[in-house]
Amino acid sequence: MSRVVLDPTGERSVPHRERLPRPASFDGHVIGLLDISKPRGDVFLDQLQLRLTEAGAQVRRYKKPTFTKPAPVDLRHEIATQCTLVIEALAD
Amino acid sequence: MTRPGAPALPDGLVVFVKRECETCRMVAPLLAEFAATVYTQDDATFPDGIDATHDAGLSWSWHHNIETVPTLIRVVDGVEVERTVGWLRDDWQRITGIPTLGAALPVMRPGCGSMSVDPDLAPRLAAAFGGDVLKSRRLELAELDDEFEMMFDRGFTDGLPVVPPTEERVLRMLEGTHRDPQEIVAIVPPDLVPVTVEKVAVNAVMAGCKPEYLPWVLAAVEAVCTDEFNIHGVLATTMPVGPVIVCNGPGTRAIGMNGGGNALGQGNRANLTIGRAVQLVVRNVGGGRPGEVDRATHGNPGKISFCFAELETSSPWTSLAQSRGYDAHADTVTVFAGEGPRCIVDQKARTAEELATVFAACLRTLHNPKLIIAFDAILVVGPEHARVFAEAGWDRDRVLSELHARLQFPGSELVHGAGGIADGVPEHLRDAPALPKFRPEGILLVHAGGGAGLFSMMIGGWANGATGSQPVTWPVAYAGATAGATMNGAAG
Repeated sequence: MSRVVLDPTGERSVPHRERLPRPASFDGHVIGLLDISKPRGDVFLDQLQLRLTEAGAQVRRYKKPTFTKPAPVDLRHEIATQCTLVIEALAD
Repeated sequence: MTRPGAPALPDGLVVFVKRECETCRMVAPLLAEFAATVYTQDDATFPDGIDATHDAGLSWSWHHNIETVPTLIRVVDGVEVERTVGWLRDDWQRITGIPTLGAALPVMRPGCGSMSVDPDLAPRLAAAFGGDVLKSRRLELAELDDEFEMMFDRGFTDGLPVVPPTEERVLRMLEGTHRDPQEIVAIVPPDLVPVTVEKVAVNAVMAGCKPEYLPWVLAAVEAVCTDEFNIHGVLATTMPVGPVIVCNGPGTRAIGMNGGGNALGQGNRANLTIGRAVQLVVRNVGGGRPGEVDRATHGNPGKISFCFAELETSSPWTSLAQSRGYDAHADTVTVFAGEGPRCIVDQKARTAEELATVFAACLRTLHNPKLIIAFDAILVVGPEHARVFAEAGWDRDRVLSELHARLQFPGSELVHGAGGIADGVPEHLRDAPALPKFRPEGILLVHAGGGAGLFSMMIGGWANGATGSQPVTWPVAYAGATAGATMNGAAG
């Protein structure tokens, strides 16, 4: 007799997404800088913003309410509709 | 009376019997006196001279919930309208409409167990006939597969062997709740996957739970998946925390939980498997696995399971659940994002004041003596320590207020760099006269432990408040009503 057990997982099938190609330049791109609200993440992002702006990039800043929870849907939507590239800072 | 998918019984009178049953043999001669459809379980030739249907696979018996033989049923238009079990002469006479039926027989004889409820057969029948209520994907084992190794190989375990969740075991587990197997219990982080009662039951089987623990597991899963508890953050943090589950209410005694000796340790099935089941749900359904979203630097052994009952029967205080707004009769779980427990030793204190002072001194060291307010703690007071407070007449509120009063420190002691310790509060708080170690609701007082030993335990928490994790108390739901109905409206 065959033995059967039940799958204990959520049985998700995760769609495979290809990573976007690395952009050749910042022309036409809007770069979102996402601060996850860890201490001193802003220090890192300030430096990045400086360097990116010098390189001619258009930069927008975003911040999660807390690092302990995923970014709220509205924030994710805002970034997705306003930016073409995102850099997220994990810091301490 | 019937189960879903049951084949309809014919109209008229229906009788279930088996030859092995003495009461069935006693009533068998009567079956020739009226027209009835007879189902015989163990012997196709029984009753003698009656053209009975042999319920060889027990499908009729199982689907129509026959628990006792003989069972006499009256069916009208395909619907059961009357049933009696065993031999009750009045019932049989009334249902058959024959006032003299069995007049020579005794007034009453109990029946025997139906073969469909034989403990050796019932789970197999449930899987055979009721298996389609289970929607989980079936994983078939090859002939030479070892089921325990297979569960390891597929990443389903917490590092310890799990009980293979067969259809029979999961169906038996589901008997522990009135809830529909396909009801969504919660959305489980980090993958935000809806979890059904059935999936919780699958993981509860794996953890080693008994069916009567399932309502507790369901309540704890619901509690940890709230936004307030924030299991996503509890899992993702590098700190060594996991859900600590404190159970309250008379149900803890009914299912044999331990709040006494070694309550926080090994040896009690309910304590250990309820906590483990919750963690397996987070792992298997939510996708929260170490090295992936779980980024703990060290973790702690309680992340396999950390669940215990409050020792309410001998407590000098109201319970934790009562302090959080529930009735003393309510069954609840309180989930707390906690690290491993640490011991507070004091064998000399004879006054409540002395004991509160040593408690405060130990609690001050939680995580870092100079870090304040950001972390809560569970304080598990052992019975011998609790007695000292009780003899002084200190109730729960008094104990907590005395502790908080001893846990105020001047900013100059806590500021960055003070005492040669870099960590601490910002410079602008240097001149604050008194800063509290804990926020006002930050100590959760619980009474538990064995009768001997002047010890208590403290369990440090993770980042608290709206940006971290809040302790959450959740009622255990039973058929008909939930313990939540008894919530008295105080803070929950």
